[in-house]
Amino acid sequence: MAGKTLFEKIWERHLVKTMADGTALLYIDRHLVHEVTSPQAFEGLRMAKRPVRRPDLSFATMDHNVPTTTADRMTIRDPISAAQVEALRNNCKAFGVNLYDLQSDHQGIVHIIGPEMGITVPGLTIVCGDSHTSTHGAFGTLAFGIGTSEVEHVLATQTLRQTRPKTFRVEFTGRLPHGVTSKDMILKLIGQIGTAGGTGYVIEYAGEAVRALSMEARMTICNMSIEGGARAGMIAPDDTTYEYIAAADRPFAPQGESFERARAYWQTLPSDADAVFDRELTIAADQIAPQVTWGTNPGMVVDVTDCVPHPQEVPGHSVRDVEQALTYMGLEPGTPMTEIKLDTVFIGSCTNARIEDLRKVAGIIKGRRKADHVRVIVVPGSQQVRKQAEAEGIDQIFEAVGAEWRHAGCSMCLGMNPDQLTPGERCASTSNRNFEGRQGKGGRTHLVSPEMAAAALLEGHFVDIRNWSP
Amino acid sequence: MQAFQTHRGIVATLDRANVDTDQIIPKQFLKSIKRTGFGESLFFDWRYGADGKANPDFELNDPKFAGASILVTRNNFGCGSSREHAVWAVAQYGFRAIIAPWQDRNGGRVPGFADIFRNNCVKNGILTIELSEPEVDTLFEQVERFKGVNATIDLDEQRVILHVDEEIAFHFDIDPVVKDHLIRGLDDIALTLEYANDITAFEKTHDTQLAETV
Ligand code: SF4
Repeated sequence: MAGKTLFEKIWERHLVKTMADGTALLYIDRHLVHEVTSPQAFEGLRMAKRPVRRPDLSFATMDHNVPTTTADRMTIRDPISAAQVEALRNNCKAFGVNLYDLQSDHQGIVHIIGPEMGITVPGLTIVCGDSHTSTHGAFGTLAFGIGTSEVEHVLATQTLRQTRPKTFRVEFTGRLPHGVTSKDMILKLIGQIGTAGGTGYVIEYAGEAVRALSMEARMTICNMSIEGGARAGMIAPDDTTYEYIAAADRPFAPQGESFERARAYWQTLPSDADAVFDRELTIAADQIAPQVTWGTNPGMVVDVTDCVPHPQEVPGHSVRDVEQALTYMGLEPGTPMTEIKLDTVFIGSCTNARIEDLRKVAGIIKGRRKADHVRVIVVPGSQQVRKQAEAEGIDQIFEAVGAEWRHAGCSMCLGMNPDQLTPGERCASTSNRNFEGRQGKGGRTHLVSPEMAAAALLEGHFVDIRNWSP
Repeated sequence: MQAFQTHRGIVATLDRANVDTDQIIPKQFLKSIKRTGFGESLFFDWRYGADGKANPDFELNDPKFAGASILVTRNNFGCGSSREHAVWAVAQYGFRAIIAPWQDRNGGRVPGFADIFRNNCVKNGILTIELSEPEVDTLFEQVERFKGVNATIDLDEQRVILHVDEEIAFHFDIDPVVKDHLIRGLDDIALTLEYANDITAFEKTHDTQLAETV
């Protein structure tokens, strides 16, 4: 019999029952909750008079609506946002769910605070009413986004009914060139398979280039699995994983003797050498160039050395779709990507707003000034990241460059709070979605790595950071 | 949940691929804590002009699609954010079914709908139908040619019947579990709670700290 994949090992451990219709009733170890996708779920419980089955396994915070300026943070001016945040507060209180509220030191984007506090460790099932729950797969855990009806289902039963996804192994061979990051790896993959290419699969990222990545960089890859259509991305746990968990005070992670026992178990999780995947793909990491999106989905992406494509030459997209995207983006085919002038640079989101991302950006911009015409907003992913950055003096590097240093939240990743692009405003963003209107109605988003964003904010346009120095 | 057996209605077309849930329902409408009131905001940025009036260039605003309840669109509909608000908007606008093509790419079959969106549809009694690209092209052509084209969807028979000069019928495949759920209009939570004893038994042997069997 063939060995098992990481995914299969976790799936089987969490199978409560296989239903008569063949679906799996899957046990959920951690349920993360935020203010946007939960109110209707709690309301459903109330109407059916059902309790939360395991409030001890449910963790909530507010991130999407939260203003990120010091002045506005505590008193949300938008009454509808305020009501949604208040609803979460009331629901958590009424149902006994752990809440990291605005004044908490641990408030932040739900996918950043999970790993930070040790809520996320290997071998678990983790869900959240948010598609970027795939982030947590970086720890070798099965994590995926769900809709509000499923949020209610998990709150009520601590399980989900699922049909088993297929497995897809993506191997990145070789080493990344200097200046190229895990963000470029995942954008390259999405460019290759398309935004629906991973639908129905759980992707396991493997290979030398993946093993060489830090936990932060691994989270960036897994985070954007959903952008390739896959609900989950996973990376086998290894010493990098265990060191990350042990390196800081992570109150929910196993401690002491229990940590040792856990590690012994975690070491059994990686896919067996003879495990069989439903699909496999190999990408040479040493051939990857810095990536920049030009269109209105993350699959519309090119090397920074390329030009804006002509509508006929984009594989997997109809001419009409490309024309629409170019019109929306205000771009002419044939324009070198490095000549695209930027209005704004946004450094933030659950993709790239961890401490390592901020350190990398700070390392590049230290002692410089931003290009005059560029607005720069830096939004740490959590209040812990903010605190750490301030302890290291990184906030001052940002302020000296002319950037706005903010508090934690989703911010301009989706602009549910006041941080939005105006129509036509062009932004280099370290986030994950360049959809029409995503960062503000009419706003134009180019997705890049934090390093590429750092260079762009100094120059006012994209540069190939492989052969550029500040 | 509203059951789905057979449905007859007007077919509307939306000729775009990779329609994401940010487009289906933009962020400002996600602030609501209710489950209703989303139909008005479906495709908001495309549907309304800056003056707040219906944008005449947007396909669904074409008078011939007034009252449509079946939407035909392109591949990878509903990608992006997990927001169920997108499905609530589709349902509350009046759609009961969405048809999109699967695609053959590099030898693999790319589904017509994004995963989470498709799941959310099932929970709300919305039927998602995948047809081949040529079949969906035919639907687009027929809807273009005639005014107010009607179709009947028979879930039990797994057929879409287009009522044009000569009826055109397509067979579609569907996950039997999804089919059963829709036809019976089942409430998932109540169903799962019938297995509460199994869940309790599982919890006794499952260490959620280590995710190990104890
Ligand atoms: S940062 Fe952006 S992608 Fe991440 S959870 Fe917030 S809104 Fe979603």
